Amino acid sequence: MFLVSLVEPSFGLIFWMTLSFGIAFFLLAKYAWKPILSALHEREQSIEDAIGEARKAREEVAAMKAGNEDLLREARAEREMMLKEARDIRDKEIADAKGRAKSEADAMLARAREEIRNEKNAAITEMKNQVGELSIEVAERILREKLGDKAAQQALLDKVMKESDLHLS
Amino acid sequence: MLRAVFLSFTLLLAGWSVAQHELHADTLSTANDAEVSTVEAIEFNAGQLIMGHIVDEHGWHIAGDLTLPLPIILYDTERGFSVFSSARFEHGHAAYDGYMLHDGKIVAVDASGSIDEAASANIWDISLTKNVVSLFLAVTLMLIVFFSVAKSYKQRAGKAPKGLQSLMEPIILFVRDDVAKGAIGEKKYARFMPYLLTTFFVILFANLLGLIPFFPGGANITGNIAVTFALALITFVIVTVNGNRHYWRHILAMPGVPAWVLIILTPVEIMGMFLKPFVLMIRLFANITAGHIIVMSFFSLIFVFGATSPVAGYGVSVVSLLFTIFMFFLELLVAFIQAYVFTFLAALYIGGAVEESHEHKESIV
Repeated sequence: MFLVSLVEPSFGLIFWMTLSFGIAFFLLAKYAWKPILSALHEREQSIEDAIGEARKAREEVAAMKAGNEDLLREARAEREMMLKEARDIRDKEIADAKGRAKSEADAMLARAREEIRNEKNAAITEMKNQVGELSIEVAERILREKLGDKAAQQALLDKVMKESDLHLS
Repeated sequence: MLRAVFLSFTLLLAGWSVAQHELHADTLSTANDAEVSTVEAIEFNAGQLIMGHIVDEHGWHIAGDLTLPLPIILYDTERGFSVFSSARFEHGHAAYDGYMLHDGKIVAVDASGSIDEAASANIWDISLTKNVVSLFLAVTLMLIVFFSVAKSYKQRAGKAPKGLQSLMEPIILFVRDDVAKGAIGEKKYARFMPYLLTTFFVILFANLLGLIPFFPGGANITGNIAVTFALALITFVIVTVNGNRHYWRHILAMPGVPAWVLIILTPVEIMGMFLKPFVLMIRLFANITAGHIIVMSFFSLIFVFGATSPVAGYGVSVVSLLFTIFMFFLELLVAFIQAYVFTFLAALYIGGAVEESHEHKESIV
């Protein structure tokens, strides 16, 4: 008789079980499961968001770092280039100056040479003229002295030669 | 397997006590009837003790002669409602208001005190029995626990769980992630979460309450077939109501199966519809009842041996106690496992009912 009652569901218990399950279900669904599950969901969402944001921030920092490095590299390259340019300019200027100085010196030299030549020519011409005049004068004196003393003529010649020396200087 | 061995052992034990009882009856055959009945009263009957614990009762036996009377609520189709205390029956010895307790059931009696079968059929017994009161206790406990947990979720929004909340959170997450999402699927699980959580925790709380060996606990709630019947019935209704086109098509006319096979297959599938909740009902009932029987059997061993000689009783008590403690821990584990198994299978059945058609080919093969 007990074994039968063991497997025979009693109406009262089914009734109360269904009723209390139903009441528990509605109360818990409304006041417990809903807030609990939504709170869990929200928390998971916020954690997920936080992780995502952290990852994004990390990536941004990495990108910034890479950008900085690029910038640095660029700056370095630019500096190098500027230095090189400056060096080039300096070298060129020096070369130019040297060239200019040399050509000027050359020109001056050429001018000096020209002048010297001109002076020399003028001197030669003058000397030619003087020599001519002198020669004529000498010839004149000789011719005049020839009439006098031979020794006197010689002394005269020496004297004239001495004077012509003075003239030349 | 283990359970089956223990169960048969228990039945053996019950049988042995009956045999002993018969032996006594034989030896006392010369004595008069009155004497026999006194011997019977003293005789320790393990089977009766265990069964008395397993089944539901009107009135809650606490200890010794102390019994908490519980309200009897009857609806008689002819006489209407009647409400009175179970103490009026005086443990089945007295009739009250034309009703009497007979073998744990309330029956109608006539003036002479004999059972009126026809009138008994009119009685709808919705008394607050031991199991009903225990059930209320479990549900109340559950409401208190989860209302407070819900409150801490509101107060500590976005923060880490704390206290009771952190005890319940992993279980809730387990039911959500491993049971609901696994069996029903990511898309549709949310709608069934309240049902699955309620079922899981009702079973768990009732199981745990049943493990407490003294007064407010100890009732074999989930080991009562009416309780598991109600739970299975609710599951059946949910599965059937939520069954989609594909679910019904698979039951009534499995696609891709020749017509002559359907003659056999369709009745089998329809049977399967009812068999699923039936299995749920039997599994929970049998597991919890078996656990209670085993614990009680080990305990009874002390008194069975004690009846033969006190020394044997004390000797056995040590072993019995160890076994009882072992079983108690096993039952603690079973309390969780059975709550999980019931919920998981219910989720699987729901999952099968709401599943979309993408697995047609697979099911035909």
